[in-house]
Amino acid sequence: MKKYISFFRLRFVMGLSYRAAAWAGIATQFVWGGMEIAMFRAFYGAEPEHFPMTMDGAVSYVWLQQAFLALFAAWMLEGEVFESIKDGNIAYEMCRPMGLYPMLFVRAMAMRVSRAALRCGPVLLFAALLPGPYGLKAPGEGQLGLFLAAMVLGVLVTVALGTLIYGITFYTISPEGLRLLVTSAMDFFNGAIIPLPFFPDEMRRIMEILPFAAMQNVPLRVYSGDLQGEAALRAVALQVLWLAVLVALGRAVMAGAERKLAVQGG
Amino acid sequence: MIRMEGICKSYHVAKRNAGFKAACRTLFTREYETIRALDQVSFTIGDGEMVGYIGPNGAGKSSTIKILSGILTPDSGECLVNGRTPWKDRINHVRDIGVVFGQRTQLWWDVPVIDSYELLKDIYSISKETYNRNLEELTDLLNLAELLKTPARQLSLGQRMRCEIGASLLHGPKLLFLDEPTIGLDAVSKLAVREFILRQNEEHGTTVILTTHDMQDIEALTKRIILIGKGRVLMDGSLEQIRQGGENIDETVAQLYRAYDI
Repeated sequence: MKKYISFFRLRFVMGLSYRAAAWAGIATQFVWGGMEIAMFRAFYGAEPEHFPMTMDGAVSYVWLQQAFLALFAAWMLEGEVFESIKDGNIAYEMCRPMGLYPMLFVRAMAMRVSRAALRCGPVLLFAALLPGPYGLKAPGEGQLGLFLAAMVLGVLVTVALGTLIYGITFYTISPEGLRLLVTSAMDFFNGAIIPLPFFPDEMRRIMEILPFAAMQNVPLRVYSGDLQGEAALRAVALQVLWLAVLVALGRAVMAGAERKLAVQGG
Repeated sequence: MIRMEGICKSYHVAKRNAGFKAACRTLFTREYETIRALDQVSFTIGDGEMVGYIGPNGAGKSSTIKILSGILTPDSGECLVNGRTPWKDRINHVRDIGVVFGQRTQLWWDVPVIDSYELLKDIYSISKETYNRNLEELTDLLNLAELLKTPARQLSLGQRMRCEIGASLLHGPKLLFLDEPTIGLDAVSKLAVREFILRQNEEHGTTVILTTHDMQDIEALTKRIILIGKGRVLMDGSLEQIRQGGENIDETVAQLYRAYDI
């Protein structure tokens, strides 16, 4: 257990040494969040009856998404890991008394959590202080517990998919193509660009079953009250299912890589 | 105790001719060539021995080290290191070994070296006392005191290599595999690294396997030499045995390479 915590500590220390990046990130998230809310405001002003989420709900969705960007952003994969697979530095990681899968999983997790911990505070505080329809609302009655559970599961699913991508990179060597394909698909399908309720019904129904919907989509919609009761529980159950599938798949891929593949370079 | 018997490993290497046309053709058909990196490699190394593992570029030295470290699975053959097969029982095996890959780095780039060390302490579950004792000794012998607080990216190659060697020995391994540990080092750093390896072997009885192209490393450190070429063990003997006359060691080895046509 201690070795896992140690990764978090190191990541946290690393995050602290990139102060400029942290501040720039926070500024970006304010601007981005503000823009999205302005857009929703325009839609809502034009035709409120066709708006699939409440304005309050959409605004909370956006602010939470910005505050916890580091937890859920699909493209936030570790360049260092790809590099080390490509040039063979991963050899050192394979000389450690730890399974490769748990190690890469924990590393990815540590990176996301430490980044989010450094950045979420100012965004949440600012959003909570904003007046009227533009600010972050408290979660609906009895939604908080479910939201936290869905959030933890969402992060785990995001990390599991990321670790699977690392695993596949052992076979393809160059990460670029796969990385581009998967991360752009993820951003589209997981509700990072537009929340899933805004998609046409038939499309949405399919998208909600996919593993991508088991990431930020569930916690953010539970918080904003868009997913409630039985629908919310079903969504959380689906998260558990996808987590199990992705971890099993990732482990299998990584085990194969450890057995069959050569470490690159002399 | 290390015993390797009949280890074979071949790689598939995609090959093509130079040029745009050849590159386009490989989109559809690829030609692979099978390279026999290791061909029936066998040797035994006792506890506390220091062995120089030499051979020209591409001879199979690194592949052997990778197999011994448990990160490469051979096609056939047997290998036992302290009673374990490295690639089958990797996690238990690596607790007992330290590896330095001279061309790679294990230090986290952006944080002071000591942070990487602390992480290794937890990864290997080293007890606090052992860690402090080993760290103190390594700091002293490798002259790390000033370097530990510096981020790895700001260290020179020689400084970094000293830190890398320290990192590989924090858990007090019984076996040390050094893959070109003196590559690119200046005279002072080379001497420091050599002296350190010697002391490690004398004081802790650490078994050391060293690959290098620097024959002075071999001269200074090892009594026994295993010569490998084209994936085969060609010679296994003492330094005196291969150096019949009093000539320069580089000359001797060059002659050997020519004699074996490798």
